[in-house]
Amino acid sequence: MAQLDIQNLVKRYGDFHAVRDVSLTVADGEFLVLLGPSGCGKTTTLRMVAGFIEPSAGHVKLGGADVTLLPPWKRNAGMVFQSYALFPHLTVAQNVAFGLEMRKVPRPDMNRRVEETLALVRLEGYGGRLPRQLSGGQQQRVALARALAIHPDVLLLDEPLSNLDAKLRQEVRVEIRELQQRMGLTTVMVTHDQEEALTMADRLVVMNEGSVRQVGSQRDLYERPADKFVAGFVGRSTFLDGTVEAPGCFRTEGGLSLVCAGGTAGKASLSLRPERLEIAAAPLAGLDNCLPGTVEFVSYLGAMIDIHVRLSPADRLVVQIANREGGFTPDVGQSVHVGWRASAGQVFNA
Amino acid sequence: MTVRRVALNTAAGLGLLYILTPLIFVTWLAFFRQEIPSFPPEGYSLHWFAAILDQPKFVDGFSLSFQVGVLATAIGLALGVPAALCVTRYQFRMRTPLASLLLLPLIVPGVVLGTSMYVFHVNLENTLDVDVLGTFYALVAGHVVIVMPWVVRLVTASLAGVDRATEEAAQNLGANAWVTFWRITLPAIRPGIVAGALFGFVTSFGNLELSLFLVAPGRTTLPIVILQYLEWKIDPTIAAVSVVQILLIAIAMLITDRYVKLARVV
Repeated sequence: MAQLDIQNLVKRYGDFHAVRDVSLTVADGEFLVLLGPSGCGKTTTLRMVAGFIEPSAGHVKLGGADVTLLPPWKRNAGMVFQSYALFPHLTVAQNVAFGLEMRKVPRPDMNRRVEETLALVRLEGYGGRLPRQLSGGQQQRVALARALAIHPDVLLLDEPLSNLDAKLRQEVRVEIRELQQRMGLTTVMVTHDQEEALTMADRLVVMNEGSVRQVGSQRDLYERPADKFVAGFVGRSTFLDGTVEAPGCFRTEGGLSLVCAGGTAGKASLSLRPERLEIAAAPLAGLDNCLPGTVEFVSYLGAMIDIHVRLSPADRLVVQIANREGGFTPDVGQSVHVGWRASAGQVFNA
Repeated sequence: MTVRRVALNTAAGLGLLYILTPLIFVTWLAFFRQEIPSFPPEGYSLHWFAAILDQPKFVDGFSLSFQVGVLATAIGLALGVPAALCVTRYQFRMRTPLASLLLLPLIVPGVVLGTSMYVFHVNLENTLDVDVLGTFYALVAGHVVIVMPWVVRLVTASLAGVDRATEEAAQNLGANAWVTFWRITLPAIRPGIVAGALFGFVTSFGNLELSLFLVAPGRTTLPIVILQYLEWKIDPTIAAVSVVQILLIAIAMLITDRYVKLARVV
């Protein structure tokens, strides 16, 4: 395993900037997740690290060596593809052995390593099967074993869980993460699924429109989003649009006057996390903001309940409450009060 | 429900019968004893099959057709497989016109193709002052043109089903472009290649119109030998020759089908 350095990486297709000046360092043994909506440049970045796309500018360094201009087959990077990309005409063992064969590992060593790697992903005894005889989850593990067998300097995961069903996905997440920690694998994963990103990563990189918006821990991104995009993409936020009239004083488009934390005068959005809001039938005491409203929509999610409250003709927000026994659950049309501390909201100037 | 099913089966049966009737009659005819085909047969005999071997022109024609077919198919593969890869894998300005051009010989009538090749060969011979017209290689070259569209078409269809990521995975694991092609791409498109070769060979073997312009006296392909024979005689020898031909092609298809499910590629 080795450290991966991405330096000022750029990819242009004509006038279109797929990746704009991305610089990242992935420490030895670190699990870094590139998170973003489709088309944000995360996959292009990963593919430039793997060598499938030639960067327009910038460098990729693996263990200190510049690999920017090396073809994929000369980089020691193991990749797991979204479609798994198993070789359909080769058995599981032959799939796993492929990289070792390319490295001219002697036959006895090769067989031993194939066995070891299959055991690692709990597929002992499946070596003789063909990929199409395996379930999706098993195929995914073969893909992982194949990438690990070559003892890569860096493990690259391209949406590796998106083809699994929801329940299996949760299990595999934990499995991959545990394996990664145990083996101390330097890993870069690309995903658009924030829950997946939050569960697996040591550090996350949020990307949008080709550039890095924020790098940090789960807590950093959630509690201190760098901009409105991150606030909306990581976790959930409702945004109230309006203006900051003076620091600490926010007026919504619907004319509501709110107390906020900081902000500079001008057009802005106030971002509120649904679970940080309180809701009650009677006015709430001891909070910086308390506003009357009408319940417009309720969605019952099991453990949680989302309540959409209309505060003014132009302002609506979502409150999420825990589904406790005997807790307050308003009905549609009911008049309620919504309150929060100024510190619960975050102002992003437009 | 059952009425619909009966109707469907009847329609399918009639269709099949329509296709098979000529084959059935030719096969039947090959076993007639009398020289002038007429119904009902006066009796049955195998001697028309023996008669084939007595006539060296059939044996020679078969041999030439076979050689031309094999060689044209080999060259067609060598050109058609890279062409199919190029047209499906790369984006370039003339991609679509080139793709159509590669399939064009399937649409252009054989007579037109033959005439133009004939004229081309005459001109080539005059310009270069070498023998072109009626040579074996000129005949093979002509057949390559009709073999290639089959190869391109079927290999292209096969390529569409190949997950590009498998090739990337191979490269990621240390295989260079060449090794990736041999170890990953080629096995994946093998059905298309086999089917393309088979159909190309059958097309070449049975071709009449194009060959008519490209053969030389005394060196003719089997379909031309059959045609020439029919101008003078209509005894069941021709039927026997056809039966042999049908059998050979059927065997080739059955063997191919064992390795590559033809229904899946074509």
